[in-house]
Amino acid sequence: MNAHEQSHSLARSPGLPVSGEGDPVFAEPWQAEAFAMTVRLHEKGVFSWSEWAETLSQELYRPGRRPDGADYYECWVAALSRLVTELSITSEGTLDRLTQSWQRAAEATPHGHPILLENDPQR
Amino acid sequence: MTSHHHPHDDHDHHDNHFSDMQARVKALESVLTEKGLIDPAAIDAIVETYETKVGPRNGAHVVAKSWSEPEFAEWLRLDATGAIESLGYAGRQGEHMRAVFNTPETHNLVVCTLCSCYPWSVLGLPPVWYKAPPYRSRAVIDPRGVLEEFGLALGAEKKIRVWDSTAELRYIVIPERPAGTDGLGQEALAALVTRDSMIGTGVAMPPGEHAGDRP
Repeated sequence: MNAHEQSHSLARSPGLPVSGEGDPVFAEPWQAEAFAMTVRLHEKGVFSWSEWAETLSQELYRPGRRPDGADYYECWVAALSRLVTELSITSEGTLDRLTQSWQRAAEATPHGHPILLENDPQR
Repeated sequence: MTSHHHPHDDHDHHDNHFSDMQARVKALESVLTEKGLIDPAAIDAIVETYETKVGPRNGAHVVAKSWSEPEFAEWLRLDATGAIESLGYAGRQGEHMRAVFNTPETHNLVVCTLCSCYPWSVLGLPPVWYKAPPYRSRAVIDPRGVLEEFGLALGAEKKIRVWDSTAELRYIVIPERPAGTDGLGQEALAALVTRDSMIGTGVAMPPGEHAGDRP
């Protein structure tokens, strides 16, 4: 099955929520997007499996996690952010600024139009 | 109730909102795209392979229950928000819903997933093509032609109503119950309800086939 092929090694990420058939499951679309980006970066050799697993584990074992594990993909995104900053692909400051910019862009976008970063009035 | 072409650009603020996590993921996507490390189309393609794994896809149960229980169908018709909430599917983007029922005379089609109004917690993940601006405008102008491209040929006598979500109101299509399903329970019925049938680009599957939307 396609999904299996595409996710092969990332689907072995520590603690990954999976369905009865072993496929990853996502509570919200952004979680699937974060997963997919990580799959692509790993496929491209931007980081190794062990680098990923180690970074993700560190985030998963941070104190203060939700007991029900519902913040799994928040840890995932934190791990991905940290890895790309450690690899000097970007900086934490750039990511923070872009995050705020996307939020302003969303607020400024009228219904029925695609949300684009250019829609941020402060850009 | 308007069915199409209604102007909604007068809602000019707070129609759209990104949660912190949504915005953070978009920020990562922007940076990685700019650096040439990912291509948004490739990301969409990977996400689409998981389309049946995203969100609770509660809509199929709503449809199956409305097929089985006329009182529930009536409630859904009058107050979809309340009827859907009664199944425990409250909150998120599903809060203000209207159910539009397909009949032998009328087929319903929902457009507009460009912004954050798509009720994915009820309908599942929107298909990638559905988010393309040309799809939206063409579906409004020539719904019959668009549906034919999706392999759904409706007779010329069948009326097509196009529903354009607003910031306040989102739609679910209640497809017609397939023939030959009289003996089926709600679980088996829900398995016949595809995502495409709940946005109107498909119909519910005949019994004996497994649920799966177009690729």
